[in-house]
Order: sequence, then structure tokens, then C-alpha cells
Amino acid sequence: MTIEQLDPAATVRTRRRGRARSTLDRPAAIGLGIGVTWFSILVLIPLALIVFQAAGGGWGVFAETLGSSQTAAAIWLTVRQALLVTALNVVMGTLIAWVLVRDEFPGKRALEIIIDIPFALPTIVAGLVLLSLYGPASPLGIDVSNTSHSVFLALLFVTLPFVVRAVQPVLMELEPEVEEAAASLGASTFTTWRRVILPSLTPAIAAGATLSFARGISEYGSLVLLSGNLPFESEVASVRIFTYIENDNPAAASAVAVILLAVALAAIITLNLISRRVARRD
Amino acid sequence: MTELSTVRHPRRTRATYVRRAIVLAYLFFLVVWPVSLVVIHTFSDGNHLVAALQDPVVVFALQMTVVVAFWAVIINTVFGVGMSLLLVRYEFPGKGLLNSLLDLPLSVSPVVIGLALLLAYGPRDGTFAPLLGAIDFQVIFSVPGIIMATAFVSLPLVIREIVPVLQEVGTEQEQAARSLGAGGWQTFRRITLPSIRWALVYGVVLSLARSLGEFGAVKIVSGNITQQTQTATLVVEDKYLEFERGAAYATSFLLTLIAVAALVIVTILRPKEKK
Amino acid sequence: MGIEISGVNKNFGDFVALRDIDLTIPSGGLTALLGPSGGGKSTLLRIIAGLETSDSGTIEIEGQDTTRVPAQRRNVGFVFQHYAAFKHMSVAKNVAFGLEIRKRPKAEIKRRVDELLELVHLEQFAHRLPAQLSGGQRQRMALARALAIEPSVLLLDEPFGALDAKVRKELRDWLRRLHDEVHVTTVFVTHDQEEALEVADSIVVINDGRIEQIGTPDDLYDKPASEFVLSFLGPVTTLGDKLIRPHDIEISRLEQAAVVDGPITRWTRIGFEIRLEVTPTDPRYTEPVQVTVTRSEATALDLHQGDHVWLRPSVGAQSLPTP
Repeated sequence: MTIEQLDPAATVRTRRRGRARSTLDRPAAIGLGIGVTWFSILVLIPLALIVFQAAGGGWGVFAETLGSSQTAAAIWLTVRQALLVTALNVVMGTLIAWVLVRDEFPGKRALEIIIDIPFALPTIVAGLVLLSLYGPASPLGIDVSNTSHSVFLALLFVTLPFVVRAVQPVLMELEPEVEEAAASLGASTFTTWRRVILPSLTPAIAAGATLSFARGISEYGSLVLLSGNLPFESEVASVRIFTYIENDNPAAASAVAVILLAVALAAIITLNLISRRVARRD
Repeated sequence: MTELSTVRHPRRTRATYVRRAIVLAYLFFLVVWPVSLVVIHTFSDGNHLVAALQDPVVVFALQMTVVVAFWAVIINTVFGVGMSLLLVRYEFPGKGLLNSLLDLPLSVSPVVIGLALLLAYGPRDGTFAPLLGAIDFQVIFSVPGIIMATAFVSLPLVIREIVPVLQEVGTEQEQAARSLGAGGWQTFRRITLPSIRWALVYGVVLSLARSLGEFGAVKIVSGNITQQTQTATLVVEDKYLEFERGAAYATSFLLTLIAVAALVIVTILRPKEKK
Repeated sequence: MGIEISGVNKNFGDFVALRDIDLTIPSGGLTALLGPSGGGKSTLLRIIAGLETSDSGTIEIEGQDTTRVPAQRRNVGFVFQHYAAFKHMSVAKNVAFGLEIRKRPKAEIKRRVDELLELVHLEQFAHRLPAQLSGGQRQRMALARALAIEPSVLLLDEPFGALDAKVRKELRDWLRRLHDEVHVTTVFVTHDQEEALEVADSIVVINDGRIEQIGTPDDLYDKPASEFVLSFLGPVTTLGDKLIRPHDIEISRLEQAAVVDGPITRWTRIGFEIRLEVTPTDPRYTEPVQVTVTRSEATALDLHQGDHVWLRPSVGAQSLPTP
């Protein structure tokens, strides 16, 4: 705690400024103008056009596209598998983070790199990689290719880092003294976990889960080679969009894309709410 | 504070070993074994790597990937540093909204990104097709489109690394520099930039890895034309489907090598930032 | 000359940080801006430095109107509470920064840096990074860095606030001696009255965005202009209907003409000093009176807890009527 933090003027200053209109000087304003223009050209306008395209087709195209049993099955499969994967990630991600923070063994540093490989590896390569162990030529004799299990596996691979990376820093900040205090007050290991540790990890787990779900629902590259894209079996929403684009049906593609966009937006809003709640707790 | 929790002798119970075993097994079957198979396939029954590097299609695609990633990273670095400074050092209306929207590219599906760019800049039906036609500038099915798609997917990575460091560093050093007579540019170059340099390198490495590996969005905007707009990831798919599996594995091996190298660099850099 | 501040106002949103400040700071002096946290003293200092802009009013430094001059051209040395060390530069590089910006010849910079490091006793640390220095050493480095540009005024914002008590005391004496050597017009902000009384030639007491009083340390201590100054500069107690310092009370075990009398109800010894509380028998005075006596006085008077005593202001004591 520093004097600055205790200084009421300092807090007032930041709070007032938070509401203040603008502190931009001229070069900063020009920079902001250029930045926002580029961001609009690259991201905002193209994404908005998807919404316009979908809306332009009217409710008819929307209903027809989503009413198509193949598309509906694809969306449902995507959501279901993304949820399942996220649920498993919540458990495994927290466990991995726990081991990374609290355990010590030779080669732990290598583990850090392994966790991030799914993030850095090109998705098409990820698909190929999984295919080589869990495909037709599997040395384990497990072949999930062309089944809905392949979707689960691919999503599990690409979403591996999210919960781990969200929970890890929070766990590091968690002082062992808090646990020791709980233990000294008579709490069992399990009670300490449930009443002391888990509540402080919940926002991080939720944030990681949100990212994992958003990523899972939008995955494409890793599925191309692995899932076989069989309608009603292993075809996901992104693949549907791709097929509609190839068949020159942008209205239908946009209709499905709008749903994925809405999920992405919802994810961002959820993350914002979580971080705001965490900020309030601090 | 991190030392407290990590260095402190962990109490080893049986549960510690059970947890460790579960985690190691999980990661072995999900990541380590599959990834190592790519390496094995690349070098089993003949050296596919040498063969692939003599295939003009593969060589062209690798060059294309490097060029595209280079420009995407340059664009995102300039944009990222500027945006981070604006977000941390200034107040303006709509800042919170902009801050949230900047995260959007990370959670939007690559296919949706491709579709979005196609709808905006497509040569036939794109909203800006007449404008682009008038100045004879082709975006989609050509290199600018691929660069845009790649820049889109990796847009927030530099910002997300720099912003927390800028916040952490605070403004006192910059104020001190100003009171000692340094102008805006001098302050940025001599004070701000050195204090964020590791975060910047970290962000650039992440962007580079992401850019080299982009697949879905590029597949849509590039048109996937062999030796014209085909990038390395697209070659992997093509070669695999054409039963040239050796070339597919060899190209994957190269991309994996780059990804892992990037990660190792990042992991080496990370603790330095903590000091 | 010196620093001339007139009609300065500053608001943050609807929080008034400074209102109508008029102040002349003499050339070559060592002036303290003293007041409680959040009273506006730091804001005033930052406005003088150009790190903050006032809503209205003007600032003149050595006869030059600098109200609209940006910080980098004011030639003001500024020392921050948390040092603001350039973490990626060595100590020598930190000190050289301002001179390098001014594009001075290499040889001159080197000579000047050596000189300054000697002045702040950091010669042997020239090639260390700030992280390898103690807090006190870092603050001395920051001071050398500010002095390197030969500033027309030196401004220090709570310069010893982040240091522990012992280092603080050392640096305080050292700043006083340094100022006697360099004679640059110096203004420092502090909320520690002891620091201000000990170091400064003159003190400006600022509270709630306003100047309460300006004067030498003796003036302020002996002739406080308000209850705020009296109570901020030292301990204060109520004797009858007067505010008075606890050591300005004469205590007697014999009945005499007194303002207040009553038993000693509390007895705390701190080193050579004894702090007493006397609960008045007169029901009009509800608060116990604090009295400070030395140990030898207490022995001479044969005082004990529970003794009935008579209290009155000692000769020449300063007091103010209670509000």
C-alpha cells in the first residue's frame, strides 16, 4: 500500500477522469482516427455486412436455412460437442493448472510449452496430428475419424490452453497462507478446497470456459481432415458455412454465421461481466 | 508473490502423485504422442522433407506464407502499439466499447472471418466491388485479401500483451522524461518502448505463430489457387487429400517446428518480463 | 523572481483541488508545501512543473510566464515520490538522460554525470541498474538526474514518502545540506510536519485547496493563524476554552489560580517524556486535558497518578479560542 493509493485526491482523479469526455491531444486524435478506420475496414464493416446480408434475406432465408435439417443438425452437434469439451476442460484445465502451480518435478517447464502447442499449431496440422494417432492407421487401434467423437477430440485439442491459462495466474496469486488459515480453523482438505480455493478460482474458470466454448463453436481447420464432414454425423456449423459459400449462397452462409457471431459477442460480454465482478472483489 | 506459492516446499501426498500422473497421461495422449507422430511420419520410409522442399508447389506456398505473415505481423504491430497507447494513456468516448470489440477477432470463427471479407471485398458481389474495380485493386483471390484475413485473426494478440505492461509501468517514468526535456517521440522511443519491449516481442512471436498457421479464413479469401494464392496450410490439406501424405507431413513438420520454436522463445522471454 | 503563482484554480470533475491560489516562492529558498493528503499540494507542484494544467491562473518562473509552456521546455527538475527511475538504464544513463536530450557533447555529459554522482554519493554505483539500488539510493539518483539539467527550480513531490523512517531522516538532513551547497530554488511537498519544520526555510500550509498560512517554521509554530495550522503542526489540547499545546501547560500540586483542576487519570511514559491526562472537576469541561511534562519535571513536582493538580497556560504560551 502506497501513499498514493491512500490519497483521496488520487482516487478522485481517476474516477472523475473515467467519466471525463476526452483527454486526446491532436496527434493522439489523429492516431485514433487512423486506428479506428483500419479496424472498421478490416473487422467491423465486414462483420456488419454478414448481419446485413442475413437480415437482407429476410426472415424467410433465415428460417429456411436454420430449418434445413442438415444445418440444424450441424449447429446442434457443434453446440453439444463444444459444451461437452468445455465441461471436460473445466475439470482437466483446473487440474493441469493446479499441477503446474503447486507441484514441482523435473520437466515441468516442458509441460508449459506442451500446453501452448495447440494454440500455436496451425489448425490443419492439428487435425493431421490427431488423425495420425486416432485415425485409420492408429497405432492404438482407436479410429474416431468420420464420427462425432472426432469433433469432440479435435475441439478438446484446440481448446486445451484456455482454462489452464486463465486459472494458472489466479492460483499463483492465491497465498498458501489462506489455506493454512482455513486448516488451522479446522477445515478438512476437501472443505478448504470447496469453501476457500474454488470460490476464488471460479471467475477464472468461468472466463477460461467461455473462451473454450467460443473457440470450440467456431472451430474449422482441425476438423477438415479428421471429421470427414459427414452430414448428421460429424459436420459442424463452420463447415456448413463453408459449403454454402462454395455453393454461392451467401445469404444462407450469413444466416449460420450470424449465429456464430452472436455466440462470439455473447462470449465477449460474458468475459466483460466476469472481469468486472472480479474487479469489484479486489 | 509468485515465489511464495511455487517455491515453498509442496507437501507431497499420494494425491500429489495421482494428480501428476493424470495430467501427464492426459497431455501425453492428447498432445505429445500425436505431435511426435508427425515428426516420425516425416522421416519414416524415406526423407519426405527433402522431397517436399524440391516440390515447387510446396516451396511457393511456404514463400507465400512467409510474405503474408510478415506483412500481417507488421500491420498488427504498428496497429497494436498505437492502439495500446491510446487505450491506456488516454480517455475518450467509446473507449470501453472499442476495447471489447478489439477482442472480437479471437472468438470469431475463421470461416466467418473469410465470409465477412468476401462479402465486403469480393470481386463480384462484394459491397466494395465497384470501388475496388474502379481503382483496379483486387483483394479477394489475391495476396492483399490473404494478408487481411491473416491480420484479422491475429489482430488482438499484440494489444493483449502490451496493455497490461503499459498499465503496470505507469506514467511516472514518462513524466520524468518530459520534465527532463524529452519530447513526445523521444519519450516514446527512449522510455516507453524499452519498458514494453519484452511484451512487444512476446506479442509479435504469438502473432507470427498465429499468422503462419491461419487456415480457414485464408482458404476462403485466397481461392486456394496452386502456385498463385496457396499458403502452406492449404498445401497440407491439398497434399493430404491427393494422397501425397509424405509432402503433407513434411509441410506440417515445418509448420510444427516453427510453432514450437515460437513457443520456446516465448517461454524463455516470459520470466524476464516478471522481474 | 522565484516562482510567482497567481489566481490558480484546478478542478477534477466536481472535485475542487485548488481554489484561487496566489503564492510567491522566493528565489534560492527551500520551501515546503505542507498539508494533509488530498489537500491539493501535489496538484499545485505538478502545475508548476507543467505535468498538470491549471483551469485558470498564471505561473511565472524566474520572471518568465510559463503557463502555456509544456513540461519538456520549462527546465524544471522534478523528483517523484516513487523515484520514476528509468528501469532499463544504468544509474549513469539515468542521470545523463536530460543532457543527452539536450544534445550536449559526450565529454561534457560524462564530466557532469561524474560530478553529480559524486554529489549524491553514488559514484561507485554508476553502472548498476536502478533495481539494484536501495530506495534511498534510488531517490538520490532521481535527485541527481533532476539536477543534471541545471533546472531553474527543483520540485520534489513527497520525496521521502516511500522510504523507511531512518533513511528518511538521513535524506532529510542530506537534502538540507545539498540545498546549502547548490542554492537552487527548491519546493517540496510533504504531509509530515516534522519534515517541513526541520528542513524548510519557509512553509506554505495548504488544506482543502486553499493556502492556510505562509511563514517560517518558527512563525507557524508560534503564531498559527488558524486552528487547522495549530493542530496540524503539533499536538494540541483544550484547556478551559482555549486550544493550547500540551507542553505549554503549567502544572502544580498546590492550589493556585488555575483554569482547570482535577485528578491525573492517565499516565503514559514515552522515553524522557510523560503524557498525562487530567480530568477536570468542573462539569462544563467534559474532555480530559492532555499535559506533557519531562521526566525530571515530574520527579521535581513529585507527581503521581491520581494526584489532584491545578493547570494554567505557562508564561508566553500561544493559544487560540476553541471553535
